[in-house]
Amino acid sequence: MTQDPMAEIRASFFVECEELLERLQDALTAIEAGDHDPETINVVFRAVHSIKGGAGAFALLPLVAFAHRFETVLDALRSGQMQPSPEAIKRFFQAADLMQDHVRAARDGTAGPANADEVLQALEALAGPPAEKPLAEVAEFQPLALVLDLDADPGIADSAEPQTAWQVFFAPHAALYATGNEPLHLLRALSALGTVETRCAYPAAPDLIDLDPEAAWLAWQITLAGEVGVDDIREVFDFVEGVCALEIGPAGGTNACTPGGQTETTQPRPAALHLPAAEAAPARASGPPPQPTLAAKAAESATVRVDLERIDRLVNLVGELVINQAMLAQSVAEAGLAPSSAVANGLEAFMMLTRDLQDSVMMIRAQPVKPLFQRMARIVREASAAIGKEVRLHPEGEATEVDKTVIERLADPLTHMVRNAVDHGLETPEARQRAGKPREGLVTLRAMHRAGRVLIEVEDDGAGINRAKVREIAISRGLIAADAVLSNAEIDALLFLPGFSTATTVSALSGRGVGMDVVRQAIQSLGGRVTITSDPGLGSKFSISLPLTLAVLDGMVVQVAGQKLVVPLSSILETAALTQDDIRALGPQTHVISVRGAIVPLYDLGTELGFRQPRSSYDGSIVLFCVLDNGSSAALAVDAILEQRQVVIKGLQKAYGHIPGVAAATILGDGQIALILDPADLVRSATGHTRAIALALAG
Amino acid sequence: MTLTVLAVDDSRTMRDMLKLSLSEAGFTLHLAEDGVHGLEVLADISPDAIISDINMPRLDGFGFIEAVRAQAKHRTTPILVLTTESAPELKARARAAGATGWIVKPFDPPKLVKALHMVAG
Repeated sequence: MTQDPMAEIRASFFVECEELLERLQDALTAIEAGDHDPETINVVFRAVHSIKGGAGAFALLPLVAFAHRFETVLDALRSGQMQPSPEAIKRFFQAADLMQDHVRAARDGTAGPANADEVLQALEALAGPPAEKPLAEVAEFQPLALVLDLDADPGIADSAEPQTAWQVFFAPHAALYATGNEPLHLLRALSALGTVETRCAYPAAPDLIDLDPEAAWLAWQITLAGEVGVDDIREVFDFVEGVCALEIGPAGGTNACTPGGQTETTQPRPAALHLPAAEAAPARASGPPPQPTLAAKAAESATVRVDLERIDRLVNLVGELVINQAMLAQSVAEAGLAPSSAVANGLEAFMMLTRDLQDSVMMIRAQPVKPLFQRMARIVREASAAIGKEVRLHPEGEATEVDKTVIERLADPLTHMVRNAVDHGLETPEARQRAGKPREGLVTLRAMHRAGRVLIEVEDDGAGINRAKVREIAISRGLIAADAVLSNAEIDALLFLPGFSTATTVSALSGRGVGMDVVRQAIQSLGGRVTITSDPGLGSKFSISLPLTLAVLDGMVVQVAGQKLVVPLSSILETAALTQDDIRALGPQTHVISVRGAIVPLYDLGTELGFRQPRSSYDGSIVLFCVLDNGSSAALAVDAILEQRQVVIKGLQKAYGHIPGVAAATILGDGQIALILDPADLVRSATGHTRAIALALAG
Repeated sequence: MTLTVLAVDDSRTMRDMLKLSLSEAGFTLHLAEDGVHGLEVLADISPDAIISDINMPRLDGFGFIEAVRAQAKHRTTPILVLTTESAPELKARARAAGATGWIVKPFDPPKLVKALHMVAG
């Protein structure tokens, strides 16, 4: 861990930016909802301000420039010069989105958003003329320390080149002391510039009884010799400008020194002035020993940034532990020990601990879906603006936590679904009005935990699925027969067929080709399912059900030709024992099964995996009905169903690349390795042979 | 000799940078996240100097500085203000609240150290 500390801070800056952007969105949403608390506007301001501050430290100039202009407008809002009109709020949201783009661009080193200027100009127009900060300041905003306001005296400005001798008169006002400044430090700083001769001018000593100890009594006359510019001298007095009388001039001019002063040459001889300095400083430091306070400690340990790879390693190790524990349980069972034995009891406690440990580790990877939902809010804003619909996004259950990888991989399908809801789901404002609905459409984004899975729903209050139209299109595309009898749910499911698109004209939003079939595939690859429900006139709802994690899955352990295999439970619709009546021959080598009037192709798992030749009869064999990507199903014949259990997923991709039909592998309780199948993928490349070729055998 | 410094800033990035710059320069640093937190931390320590941001939740920099100055033991504790703007009126307000000096963000670590020594010895 010998990383560059600045790189570390930079990385954590971008993490902080994401948090600030989230806060910014929240506050804007609150303002949009009618929150007029000045503190809410302050939150918005501070978020932008903090990003600007950090960005400056890393010289992220485009981000700084954008944040600066945004902040200037927000300042107008904060001061009441500008009103949070709906138009302004819309622009603020756009600016917040652009800010996010700028942050990402800065982080990834890519080009920033192109339309930033347009939004800023619109905001600046709304804010009215800038109060006092000219925008030109942006251009000169450079990572510079100590910007000095050097209103140099006109007479001295011309002679800015280093002089060899200076005369400085310095008389503090009371305010200098009141603001915590210390003339001693200033004089010492001055002495560091060159050889100084310092004379203290003190007034005629007042009676002690009249002495105001807090008034400023002393003044100094300093002669400075050395190659020093006037700016260097002014820099020393930067903090005290305005709270002292300061005169700087070339030496040899009129001596402004008050008579009665005392003279000390500070160099080369040790000066009297140095002595108190040397003593005062250690005295200051020898106060109470520095002890980090509890509060300060708490602030620092609130979060820890950990490399994701380390967490993955931990997740993997816990996975191993789960497997190991299952093996141990099996050994104990085989040893025939009584369930009340100490070993069995201990093992039970061990199992519970393992489960807790697994849950805790999974929780580290879990993140709230809020950032994802906020991204969707932006999609809704952009999509609705592009096609002139009025849409409000209502998020629910933003705090629901889901595995980080799942969140990342959910972004694309969810984006597509939200766009679809805005584009196809909701009607135009006019059509809504005619239907007696508010002009503004509502898209609800919901997340919740249910039965050990995460449920995410995208619901709109639009017209619902036009089933007659869907049916018509499906027939015209040859997806279903013209006389097919389909239930409502079956018609709705047609939307998931590859290439299906209900928009007769391809709109700018939903585009062409990428349809709900891609969404379905993406979600299935996460071990999830997507379903659709719709009420005509009331709207449609897409529900995504996902596993909590990608590290373990619920699987059915089956036996095929003496091998144990795992089929993900999420892909199994039902299981059945076949009778000869269910099976029909189709063509020379394949069989189909008739289930409740539907015809489903039969695949022999043993044959497809190359374990054996097709069987002569499937009477009495067990089949798993698996759901395929296109919504249809396939029947996989297996020898036996052994058990249903959670298995730890061990990837094979790294070692073997993609194996058709195989998703991953796992280690079972008995130590055996079992492949985890991907039925949809398996069927795609399957031969479908369930019968040995009679002719070939005869010949 | 080590100087003890209390730095108050609501931005984690700024706190990290202050921590890095000042620890490297040998300062003992205490951190706080806003004005209220800053006052809490200050109750237990006697820093040689204080650095404070202006824009902060709960209690901003001006309020924090005024509250610090109101405490007898911190009447002359040097306080540097961290600002992104070098506008004169901002400095005037900071000074009116009792600030000793100011540092413009983003700061250059050696200059920050120099400024600290300038006000705290």
